[in-house]
Amino acid sequence: MAVDTLAADGAAVGNPNRANYLNTGSGVLSWLFTLDHKRIGVMYLVAITTSFFLGGVFALLVRTELLTSGPTIMTADTYNRMFTLHGAVMIFLFIIPGIPAAIGNFVLPLMLGAKDVALPRLNLTSFWFWMIGATFALVSIIVGAVDTGWTFYTPYSTTTGTAVITMALGVFILGFSSIFTGLNFIVTIHKMRPEGMTWFKMPLFLWGLYSTAIIQVLATPILGITLLLLVAERALGVGIFDPTLGGDPVLFQHFFWFYSHPAVYIMILPAMGIISELVSVFSGKHIFGYKFIAWSSIAIALLSFLVWGHHMFTSGQSGITNMIFSALTFSVAIPSAVKVFNWLATMYKGSIRLATPMLYVLSFLFLFAIGGLTGLFLGALSVDIHLHDTYFVVAHFHYVMFGGTVIAFLGGLHYWWPKMFGRMYSEKWGQVSALLIFVGFNLTFFTQFVMGSHGMPRRYYNYVEEFTTLNQASTIGSYVLALGFFIMAGYLVHSLFRGKPAPSNPWGSATLEWETLSPPVAHNFDHDFLAGDPYDIDSLEYDPATQGWVRKDPQSIILPEGGTG
Amino acid sequence: MTAQHHDGGHDPNLAHHFESMDQQRQSTKLGMWLFLATEILFFGGLFVFYTVYRGNHPEIFVFGAHFLDTALGALNTVVLIFSSFTIAWAVRAAQLKQIKLLKWLIIATMLCAFTFMGVKYVEYSAKWKHGLLWAGSYNPHLDHEETHDVVAVEGEVHTAEADVEIVEIDEVQHVAEGEFVEPIVTEVAIEPVAEVADSDRSTIAPAAEGPGGLATPEAVVAEDVMPVEPANARIFFSIYFMMTGLHGIHVLAGIAIMFWLLHCLRRGDFDTGHFTKIDMLALYWHVVDIIWIYLFLLLYLID
Repeated sequence: MAVDTLAADGAAVGNPNRANYLNTGSGVLSWLFTLDHKRIGVMYLVAITTSFFLGGVFALLVRTELLTSGPTIMTADTYNRMFTLHGAVMIFLFIIPGIPAAIGNFVLPLMLGAKDVALPRLNLTSFWFWMIGATFALVSIIVGAVDTGWTFYTPYSTTTGTAVITMALGVFILGFSSIFTGLNFIVTIHKMRPEGMTWFKMPLFLWGLYSTAIIQVLATPILGITLLLLVAERALGVGIFDPTLGGDPVLFQHFFWFYSHPAVYIMILPAMGIISELVSVFSGKHIFGYKFIAWSSIAIALLSFLVWGHHMFTSGQSGITNMIFSALTFSVAIPSAVKVFNWLATMYKGSIRLATPMLYVLSFLFLFAIGGLTGLFLGALSVDIHLHDTYFVVAHFHYVMFGGTVIAFLGGLHYWWPKMFGRMYSEKWGQVSALLIFVGFNLTFFTQFVMGSHGMPRRYYNYVEEFTTLNQASTIGSYVLALGFFIMAGYLVHSLFRGKPAPSNPWGSATLEWETLSPPVAHNFDHDFLAGDPYDIDSLEYDPATQGWVRKDPQSIILPEGGTG
Repeated sequence: MTAQHHDGGHDPNLAHHFESMDQQRQSTKLGMWLFLATEILFFGGLFVFYTVYRGNHPEIFVFGAHFLDTALGALNTVVLIFSSFTIAWAVRAAQLKQIKLLKWLIIATMLCAFTFMGVKYVEYSAKWKHGLLWAGSYNPHLDHEETHDVVAVEGEVHTAEADVEIVEIDEVQHVAEGEFVEPIVTEVAIEPVAEVADSDRSTIAPAAEGPGGLATPEAVVAEDVMPVEPANARIFFSIYFMMTGLHGIHVLAGIAIMFWLLHCLRRGDFDTGHFTKIDMLALYWHVVDIIWIYLFLLLYLID
């Protein structure tokens, strides 16, 4: 796309059937062997959405079982498998690759004004590894599933008769997929930034992806070796985790959480990056405290490696170890709060547009605040002894993971949807579904805070009478949540075929991905950029003809032929 | 990013999304270094296991290291260091477009890798023969040379710390029945193995000093140094096999990549002085080499 075309024919609302990345090459093979980051991103989007659906079905089955105490729709053994599969599928197949691999893959090179990620073949390899890992996970489900919980704690995971080896191998392979994506993003951000885009002129979503990638590269290998040892334990009996052979099962917990706690930040950091983009655009204001938000992402990434022990306060760690981990855990609250305050300050006195993506931003702020603060309850040693392994923990991490990551993912999906597919979705239904998801979510999980603080343990098949009302409210909440997603699936699919063609820049954002057509052409851009401030929203004006936003001075961001030296 | 527009005549190895060969090379290299960081962390997990277990139970490691053949380990170390030299030279040859030399250097590196795996095979099969395997399959039995090590008391055999060790081997029955096997610290009769019929081997519990494997007899005879088998000595062999096994897989992967590089060489990929592929393999190979050096120090040279 050349900017002069944009100026000349108002380009942006174009014919969605003109040449673009979606119709360059057709047939399944042109997708499966593509090196185009946009197509890989879309394939990831389809893949993780499918996983989310699957994980959601498992969740609904779990909640339905808990509608009454005692058997409702399944046996206790089936129930154990269901909550394990819900956790494993949601975490390893959906939420870890979710934002980076689907949205990040699509958006990152565009934000850099680049033609692709630095290592496109590795990018495709990452997707293929995801597919292979997912296949292993599916096979494991078919041959008997896993009933260990998604944490695979030893010694139970080395003795249970279920398909732990297949599932662990699946997760091991998915780990490589995650490493490759992270590695690629680090290289791309280091080496492919356009002229003028210094580190502190990068869009904050890129800071989010960058700090995520650091964790993906540095933490995932530890999960790899841990799962490999678990497989070796079951297949050969290496005994490293088996006390009867002289091994140490608690060491497994250390290793598992050395990855899996940072993994929580793999999930939340890109989400925070999305919120940073959206809050500025939909408040019509420059982001407040750019450097604080950028540095706090890095701070969270580094601190994430130092807090794994807070999962093991009741595993027999020494008192002094517990105290150190507790203190470090509290310190994570500082950069997290720095972000929240800066987002609020960005909204302050802004002209806020309550479009669907912004509704998700507001949901995020509300839910993440609850999720984050309840994390402090759990980080406090004495309180944790009471709350450990109760529904309070379940509610806490769903507020962070669902209320944080998934909500931000949905916000980002709605924000970039017009760019990805060149069509607008129904704003009205978007808002209805956002509201249903917010209400359903709170009904599902706030009740679990109450149950947990009253002592209902997690992962139990039965409960005492006094928890009946709260459990039923939670289950009904999960149905409302499902209805919200059902509506979303409906209007998003509808928009693909009947949606209004999207302008190049429907929201008035100043980042570079909006400088190409919607959907972008296969090679993204026709010229190189001279990047400016990504939050300089005042450089844009609304163009009623295209119902999109255009730059007041289009030439200002174009790199003159030959560069600036 | 420099904005030079490369119209025609540019290097065929330059991918469309890069501006220059230099940018492409830098990107590939950074990617490779990050990948190597993940490799180090991958092994790092095992090194942490090693540290934890050695910190808690140093005696297991002192004991277990006696069964590793230092001479063969040293040979392998020399072989790998030499192969690091040949592959580093190969990078230089690729830069200078010395294609024929490059080919022979890759082949030399591959020969070293095969030698390494061959020696590893000899070591592993000796361990296999003596039952010195990972914990679940740990079942040490004796060799003719180690006759003087047999500690037997009238068919019932104890080691100094028989309480735990015996469990998986021959006295399973006793322990399963809850019979307390008293650790014996007094002297025990030493019977020559020659008198033990083959069929009786299975009734022989682990020797107080354990079988020597391929270790030199001198090392075994040094009775003042050689400790009795400590509890959970088997864990040493778990760690040994996990670490060297994973390393061996990496050597095999290196061999596979070198076959591919020879294929690239025949195809003429390196005729233009494009040396990135060789450079990346060389980096990988150096890491494989360095990890081995640590394994050699930490597993073989304890004492």
